[in-house]
Amino acid sequence: MVDVPLTVRVQREAFDVAAETARLTEGRTDVGAVVTFTGLCRSEGGELAALELEHYPGMAEAEIERTARAAIERWPLLGVTAVHRHGRIAPGEPIVLVITTSSHRVAAFEAAEFLMDFLKTRAPFWKKEERHDGTTGGWVDARDHDDAAAARWEK
Amino acid sequence: MKIRYFAWVRERIGKAEEVVDPPPEVATTTDLLLWLKSRGEEYDWALERPEVIRVACDQVHAAPGTPLAGVSEVALFPPMTGG
Repeated sequence: MVDVPLTVRVQREAFDVAAETARLTEGRTDVGAVVTFTGLCRSEGGELAALELEHYPGMAEAEIERTARAAIERWPLLGVTAVHRHGRIAPGEPIVLVITTSSHRVAAFEAAEFLMDFLKTRAPFWKKEERHDGTTGGWVDARDHDDAAAARWEK
Repeated sequence: MKIRYFAWVRERIGKAEEVVDPPPEVATTTDLLLWLKSRGEEYDWALERPEVIRVACDQVHAAPGTPLAGVSEVALFPPMTGG
């Protein structure tokens, strides 16, 4: 197995992008590219009060790690960090963070996209909407285009 | 065998987990879904479209028809919507 620094966390609290990035670059001179992706909660035109994110503890971490290890096998990465939040998340707040580092940009860009595509379709998280009028908007439906985005890597 | 339910599967069944002892003819994850579905109207409602239910065996995604031999925890849930 390639020895690449890999951090996977599932947590309720917010994350610090700068601190997480520094963890992958500090003291190194071989990193030429850092790609960070942060997914935020949208208000859906002002209707959404919050998302409640349910997850499967244990499997969520394990599945993100399996996806990250697949990325490490596929691209010449120098580090991977993936953090996914659970619990109640308000519009504007971050939900997910993916950071990839490599010597050159292509590997970091592609691996970050790969990680997000698989994280959306394979990591056991489910979003439930809470509306401003106090009603529940119900569980968010999985989207076909997310499946299609993940499928394009299977070649 | 421990079964865990998540999201709307959990809400419809009305519990997050339970321990069940299916009969010996329940050999695969597909058999298990059909057997659970027959256990009452809350199960029938949660599993009314078994083809959309995702299954994990011991915290790893499992394709339909995966054998249950040696599996201690099965989870049933809808398609995932994280990220």
